[in-house]
Amino acid sequence: MLKLYGAELTSRLLLGTARYPSPAVLTDAVRAARAEVVTVSLRRESGGERSGQGFWSLIRALGVRVLPNTAGCHSVKEAVTTAHMAREVFATPWIKLEVIGEDDTLQPDVFGLTEAARILCAEGFEVFPYTTEDLVVAERLLAAGCRVLMPWGAPIGSGRGLNNLYGLTALRAHFPAVPLIIDAGLGVPSHAAQALELGFDAVLVNTAVAQATDPVAMAGAFAQAVAAGHAARLAGPIEPRNFAEPSTPVIGQAFLG
Amino acid sequence: MRILVNGVWRETESHDLAATLAELGYGGRIVTTAVNGEFVAADTRPRTALTEGDRIEVLAPMQGG
Repeated sequence: MLKLYGAELTSRLLLGTARYPSPAVLTDAVRAARAEVVTVSLRRESGGERSGQGFWSLIRALGVRVLPNTAGCHSVKEAVTTAHMAREVFATPWIKLEVIGEDDTLQPDVFGLTEAARILCAEGFEVFPYTTEDLVVAERLLAAGCRVLMPWGAPIGSGRGLNNLYGLTALRAHFPAVPLIIDAGLGVPSHAAQALELGFDAVLVNTAVAQATDPVAMAGAFAQAVAAGHAARLAGPIEPRNFAEPSTPVIGQAFLG
Repeated sequence: MRILVNGVWRETESHDLAATLAELGYGGRIVTTAVNGEFVAADTRPRTALTEGDRIEVLAPMQGG
Protein backbone atom coordinates (compact mmCIF):
# COMPACT_ATOMS: atom_id res chain seq x y z
CA MET A 1 0.00 0.00 0.00
CA LEU A 2 1.37 3.39 -1.00
CA LYS A 3 0.67 6.16 1.50
CA LEU A 4 0.89 9.79 0.34
CA TYR A 5 -0.01 12.39 2.97
CA GLY A 6 -2.27 9.88 4.64
CA ALA A 7 -4.01 8.77 1.43
CA GLU A 8 -3.70 5.03 0.94
CA LEU A 9 -3.28 4.00 -2.68
CA THR A 10 -3.13 0.62 -4.34
CA SER A 11 -1.76 1.82 -7.66
CA ARG A 12 1.84 2.97 -7.94
CA LEU A 13 1.29 4.52 -11.35
CA LEU A 14 0.24 8.16 -11.40
CA LEU A 15 -0.90 9.45 -14.76
CA GLY A 16 -0.74 12.85 -16.41
CA THR A 17 -3.78 14.00 -18.37
CA ALA A 18 -2.16 16.13 -21.09
CA ARG A 19 -1.46 15.53 -24.77
CA TYR A 20 -3.93 12.67 -25.42
CA PRO A 21 -5.50 12.49 -28.87
CA SER A 22 -9.01 12.82 -27.42
CA PRO A 23 -10.91 12.93 -24.12
CA ALA A 24 -12.19 9.41 -24.78
CA VAL A 25 -8.65 8.08 -25.14
CA LEU A 26 -7.65 9.86 -21.93
CA THR A 27 -10.55 8.22 -20.09
CA ASP A 28 -9.66 4.77 -21.39
CA ALA A 29 -5.96 5.30 -20.61
CA VAL A 30 -6.68 6.23 -16.98
CA ARG A 31 -8.73 3.06 -16.63
CA ALA A 32 -6.13 0.89 -18.39
CA ALA A 33 -3.41 2.32 -16.16
CA ARG A 34 -5.58 1.59 -13.10
CA ALA A 35 -4.40 5.00 -11.93
CA GLU A 36 -5.85 6.38 -8.72
CA VAL A 37 -4.15 9.76 -9.03
CA VAL A 38 -4.04 11.98 -12.11
CA THR A 39 -2.33 15.32 -12.54
CA VAL A 40 -4.26 18.37 -13.71
CA SER A 41 -3.51 22.01 -14.33
CA LEU A 42 -5.02 25.47 -14.75
CA ARG A 43 -5.05 27.54 -17.91
CA ARG A 44 -6.69 30.69 -19.16
CA GLU A 45 -10.21 30.28 -20.47
CA SER A 46 -12.27 32.93 -22.22
CA GLY A 47 -15.93 33.58 -21.49
CA GLY A 48 -17.04 31.74 -24.63
CA GLU A 49 -15.01 28.58 -24.08
CA ARG A 50 -16.19 25.44 -22.36
CA SER A 51 -13.19 23.11 -22.70
CA GLY A 52 -12.07 23.48 -19.11
CA GLN A 53 -15.52 22.73 -17.77
CA GLY A 54 -15.82 19.67 -19.98
CA PHE A 55 -12.40 18.42 -18.91
CA TRP A 56 -13.22 18.83 -15.23
CA SER A 57 -16.50 16.93 -15.65
CA LEU A 58 -14.61 14.11 -17.34
CA ILE A 59 -12.06 13.88 -14.52
CA ARG A 60 -14.69 13.94 -11.81
CA ALA A 61 -16.57 11.15 -13.56
CA LEU A 62 -13.44 8.98 -13.34
CA GLY A 63 -13.56 9.10 -9.54
CA VAL A 64 -9.79 9.50 -9.14
CA ARG A 65 -7.79 11.81 -6.91
CA VAL A 66 -6.38 14.88 -8.62
CA LEU A 67 -2.92 16.28 -8.12
CA PRO A 68 -2.91 19.85 -9.50
CA ASN A 69 0.41 21.15 -10.77
CA THR A 70 2.02 24.55 -11.06
CA ALA A 71 3.44 23.78 -14.51
CA GLY A 72 4.87 26.72 -16.37
CA CYS A 73 5.65 28.75 -13.26
CA HIS A 74 9.12 30.28 -13.22
CA SER A 75 8.98 32.21 -9.96
CA VAL A 76 8.04 31.59 -6.34
CA LYS A 77 5.22 34.11 -6.53
CA GLU A 78 3.71 32.58 -9.66
CA ALA A 79 3.88 29.10 -8.16
CA VAL A 80 2.39 30.13 -4.82
CA THR A 81 -0.44 32.08 -6.48
CA THR A 82 -1.15 29.19 -8.85
CA ALA A 83 -1.27 26.82 -5.87
CA HIS A 84 -3.88 29.00 -4.18
CA MET A 85 -5.95 29.09 -7.35
CA ALA A 86 -5.64 25.32 -7.80
CA ARG A 87 -6.71 24.64 -4.21
CA GLU A 88 -9.87 26.63 -4.76
CA VAL A 89 -10.86 24.98 -8.05
CA PHE A 90 -9.83 21.40 -7.32
CA ALA A 91 -10.70 21.45 -3.60
CA THR A 92 -7.57 19.60 -2.53
CA PRO A 93 -4.55 20.57 -0.41
CA TRP A 94 -2.34 18.52 -2.76
CA ILE A 95 -0.09 20.48 -5.08
CA LYS A 96 2.58 19.21 -7.44
CA LEU A 97 4.97 22.08 -7.08
CA GLU A 98 6.97 22.98 -10.17
CA VAL A 99 9.21 26.01 -10.34
CA ILE A 100 10.99 25.81 -13.65
CA GLY A 101 14.51 27.15 -13.79
CA GLU A 102 15.74 26.40 -17.28
CA ASP A 103 13.77 26.21 -20.50
CA ASP A 104 15.78 23.66 -22.51
CA THR A 105 15.69 20.98 -19.83
CA LEU A 106 12.72 22.26 -17.82
CA GLN A 107 14.76 21.43 -14.77
CA PRO A 108 13.51 22.80 -11.50
CA ASP A 109 14.81 26.00 -9.98
CA VAL A 110 15.61 24.26 -6.71
CA PHE A 111 16.18 27.54 -4.87
CA GLY A 112 12.74 28.85 -5.82
CA LEU A 113 11.28 25.40 -5.24
CA THR A 114 12.43 25.16 -1.64
CA GLU A 115 11.23 28.69 -0.92
CA ALA A 116 7.80 28.05 -2.47
CA ALA A 117 7.58 24.71 -0.63
CA ARG A 118 8.29 26.43 2.68
CA ILE A 119 5.52 28.99 2.07
CA LEU A 120 2.95 26.45 0.91
CA CYS A 121 3.64 23.84 3.61
CA ALA A 122 3.23 26.57 6.24
CA GLU A 123 -0.16 27.38 4.69
CA GLY A 124 -1.35 23.81 5.01
CA PHE A 125 -0.69 22.57 1.49
CA GLU A 126 0.48 18.99 1.01
CA VAL A 127 3.33 19.60 -1.37
CA PHE A 128 4.69 17.17 -3.97
CA PRO A 129 7.83 18.98 -5.14
CA TYR A 130 9.18 18.25 -8.62
CA THR A 131 12.88 18.17 -7.84
CA THR A 132 16.20 16.70 -8.91
CA GLU A 133 18.11 13.84 -7.27
CA ASP A 134 20.18 16.35 -5.27
CA LEU A 135 20.43 15.15 -1.65
CA VAL A 136 20.88 18.61 -0.17
CA VAL A 137 17.82 19.96 -1.95
CA ALA A 138 15.87 16.93 -0.77
CA GLU A 139 16.91 17.67 2.83
CA ARG A 140 15.77 21.28 2.44
CA LEU A 141 12.42 20.25 0.99
CA LEU A 142 11.82 17.85 3.86
CA ALA A 143 12.83 20.55 6.34
CA ALA A 144 10.33 22.88 4.61
CA GLY A 145 7.57 20.38 5.43
CA CYS A 146 7.33 18.19 2.33
CA ARG A 147 6.54 14.57 3.14
CA VAL A 148 6.79 13.28 -0.45
CA LEU A 149 9.47 14.00 -3.05
CA MET A 150 9.19 13.75 -6.82
CA PRO A 151 12.68 13.50 -8.31
CA TRP A 152 12.96 13.63 -12.07
CA GLY A 153 14.05 10.61 -14.08
CA ALA A 154 15.04 12.78 -17.03
CA PRO A 155 13.84 16.08 -18.51
CA ILE A 156 10.06 16.32 -18.91
CA GLY A 157 8.84 14.66 -22.09
CA SER A 158 12.30 13.41 -23.07
CA GLY A 159 11.59 9.69 -22.68
CA ARG A 160 15.18 9.05 -21.65
CA GLY A 161 14.44 7.02 -18.54
CA LEU A 162 16.53 7.20 -15.38
CA ASN A 163 19.35 9.53 -16.42
CA ASN A 164 21.36 9.46 -13.21
CA LEU A 165 21.16 6.00 -11.74
CA TYR A 166 23.86 6.68 -9.18
CA GLY A 167 22.19 9.87 -7.95
CA LEU A 168 18.73 8.33 -7.80
CA THR A 169 20.01 5.23 -6.02
CA ALA A 170 21.77 7.45 -3.49
CA LEU A 171 18.57 9.44 -2.97
CA ARG A 172 16.60 6.27 -2.34
CA ALA A 173 19.21 4.98 0.11
CA HIS A 174 19.44 8.31 1.91
CA PHE A 175 15.71 8.69 2.56
CA PRO A 176 14.42 5.15 3.04
CA ALA A 177 11.20 6.24 4.76
CA VAL A 178 10.17 9.10 2.45
CA PRO A 179 7.77 8.30 -0.40
CA LEU A 180 9.74 8.98 -3.60
CA ILE A 181 7.91 9.22 -6.90
CA ILE A 182 9.87 9.36 -10.13
CA ASP A 183 8.33 12.21 -12.08
CA ALA A 184 9.17 12.98 -15.66
CA GLY A 185 11.36 11.60 -18.39
CA LEU A 186 10.21 7.99 -18.54
CA GLY A 187 9.77 6.69 -22.08
CA VAL A 188 8.91 2.99 -21.94
CA PRO A 189 7.53 0.58 -19.34
CA SER A 190 10.96 -0.90 -18.62
CA HIS A 191 12.01 2.50 -17.25
CA ALA A 192 9.09 2.35 -14.82
CA ALA A 193 9.91 -1.22 -13.83
CA GLN A 194 13.51 -0.18 -13.20
CA ALA A 195 12.39 2.69 -10.96
CA LEU A 196 10.27 0.35 -8.84
CA GLU A 197 13.03 -2.28 -8.76
CA LEU A 198 15.37 0.37 -7.35
CA GLY A 199 12.89 0.94 -4.56
CA PHE A 200 11.08 4.05 -5.72
CA ASP A 201 7.54 4.06 -4.44
CA ALA A 202 5.75 5.09 -7.62
CA VAL A 203 6.14 6.78 -10.99
CA LEU A 204 4.26 9.57 -12.71
CA VAL A 205 3.98 9.19 -16.47
CA ASN A 206 2.32 11.38 -19.05
CA THR A 207 3.96 11.87 -22.45
CA ALA A 208 5.12 8.26 -22.76
CA VAL A 209 1.50 7.14 -22.58
CA ALA A 210 -0.32 10.06 -24.20
CA GLN A 211 1.93 10.26 -27.23
CA ALA A 212 2.27 6.50 -27.81
CA THR A 213 0.72 5.16 -30.99
CA ASP A 214 -1.86 3.40 -28.82
CA PRO A 215 -2.07 5.31 -25.52
CA VAL A 216 -4.55 2.91 -23.94
CA ALA A 217 -2.39 -0.14 -24.63
CA MET A 218 0.68 1.74 -23.40
CA ALA A 219 -1.12 2.71 -20.19
CA GLY A 220 -1.82 -0.97 -19.58
CA ALA A 221 1.80 -1.86 -20.32
CA PHE A 222 3.03 0.71 -17.79
CA ALA A 223 0.63 -0.68 -15.19
CA GLN A 224 2.08 -4.16 -15.66
CA ALA A 225 5.65 -2.85 -15.54
CA VAL A 226 5.02 -0.94 -12.32
CA ALA A 227 3.44 -4.00 -10.72
CA ALA A 228 6.33 -6.21 -11.88
CA GLY A 229 8.96 -3.75 -10.68
CA HIS A 230 7.38 -3.45 -7.27
CA ALA A 231 7.01 -7.22 -6.93
CA ALA A 232 10.66 -7.63 -7.91
CA ARG A 233 11.74 -5.10 -5.31
CA LEU A 234 9.87 -6.99 -2.62
CA ALA A 235 11.38 -10.26 -3.85
CA GLY A 236 14.93 -8.97 -3.29
CA PRO A 237 16.93 -8.70 -6.50
CA ILE A 238 20.46 -10.16 -6.61
CA GLU A 239 23.46 -7.85 -6.66
CA PRO A 240 25.22 -7.46 -10.04
CA ARG A 241 28.65 -9.17 -10.24
CA ASN A 242 31.64 -8.43 -12.41
CA PHE A 243 32.30 -12.04 -13.35
CA ALA A 244 30.35 -15.16 -14.13
CA GLU A 245 29.12 -17.55 -11.48
CA PRO A 246 27.84 -20.92 -12.69
CA SER A 247 24.18 -21.40 -12.08
CA THR A 248 24.42 -25.17 -12.61
CA PRO A 249 26.12 -26.91 -9.62
CA VAL A 250 29.73 -27.90 -10.40
CA ILE A 251 29.89 -30.54 -7.64
CA GLY A 252 29.36 -33.98 -9.10
CA GLN A 253 30.10 -32.86 -12.62
CA ALA A 254 31.46 -35.70 -14.79
CA PHE A 255 35.07 -35.63 -15.94
CA LEU A 256 34.83 -36.37 -19.64
CA GLY A 257 37.92 -34.64 -20.99
CA MET B 1 -13.45 50.75 -18.06
CA ARG B 2 -10.58 49.07 -19.88
CA ILE B 3 -9.14 46.04 -18.12
CA LEU B 4 -6.77 43.30 -19.26
CA VAL B 5 -8.49 39.91 -19.11
CA ASN B 6 -6.25 36.91 -19.78
CA GLY B 7 -3.91 39.14 -21.75
CA VAL B 8 -6.64 40.76 -23.88
CA TRP B 9 -7.87 44.34 -23.36
CA ARG B 10 -11.62 44.40 -22.72
CA GLU B 11 -14.08 47.26 -22.27
CA THR B 12 -16.39 46.50 -19.34
CA GLU B 13 -19.09 48.33 -17.43
CA SER B 14 -19.07 46.44 -14.11
CA HIS B 15 -17.08 47.68 -11.14
CA ASP B 16 -16.45 44.56 -9.12
CA LEU B 17 -14.89 41.25 -10.09
CA ALA B 18 -17.99 39.08 -9.67
CA ALA B 19 -20.12 41.32 -11.90
CA THR B 20 -17.31 41.63 -14.43
CA LEU B 21 -17.05 37.84 -14.70
CA ALA B 22 -20.80 37.61 -15.30
CA GLU B 23 -20.59 40.38 -17.89
CA LEU B 24 -17.80 38.53 -19.72
CA GLY B 25 -19.76 35.27 -19.88
CA TYR B 26 -18.21 33.35 -17.00
CA GLY B 27 -21.45 33.10 -15.02
CA GLY B 28 -21.87 29.70 -13.35
CA ARG B 29 -18.51 28.48 -14.56
CA ILE B 30 -15.82 26.79 -12.53
CA VAL B 31 -13.00 29.29 -12.69
CA THR B 32 -10.47 30.78 -10.34
CA THR B 33 -9.25 34.34 -10.44
CA ALA B 34 -6.36 36.66 -9.77
CA VAL B 35 -6.20 40.45 -9.99
CA ASN B 36 -2.85 42.08 -10.62
CA GLY B 37 -1.08 38.84 -9.76
CA GLU B 38 -2.89 38.27 -6.46
CA PHE B 39 -5.30 35.39 -5.94
CA VAL B 40 -8.91 36.49 -5.33
CA ALA B 41 -11.05 33.79 -3.74
CA ALA B 42 -14.53 33.24 -5.13
CA ASP B 43 -16.32 34.52 -2.05
CA THR B 44 -14.43 37.82 -2.14
CA ARG B 45 -15.08 38.59 -5.81
CA PRO B 46 -18.24 40.68 -5.13
CA ARG B 47 -16.29 43.05 -2.88
CA THR B 48 -13.19 43.17 -5.07
CA ALA B 49 -13.38 46.51 -6.86
CA LEU B 50 -11.71 46.84 -10.24
CA THR B 51 -10.08 49.94 -11.62
CA GLU B 52 -8.92 51.03 -15.04
CA GLY B 53 -5.93 49.02 -16.25
CA ASP B 54 -6.31 46.11 -13.82
CA ARG B 55 -4.92 42.74 -14.96
CA ILE B 56 -7.41 39.91 -14.45
CA GLU B 57 -6.54 36.24 -14.82
CA VAL B 58 -9.44 33.80 -15.18
CA LEU B 59 -8.25 30.21 -15.11
CA ALA B 60 -10.13 26.96 -15.56
CA PRO B 61 -9.25 23.27 -15.05
CA MET B 62 -7.06 21.96 -17.83
CA GLN B 63 -5.06 18.89 -18.76
CA GLY B 64 -1.69 18.71 -17.05
CA GLY B 65 1.32 16.49 -16.55
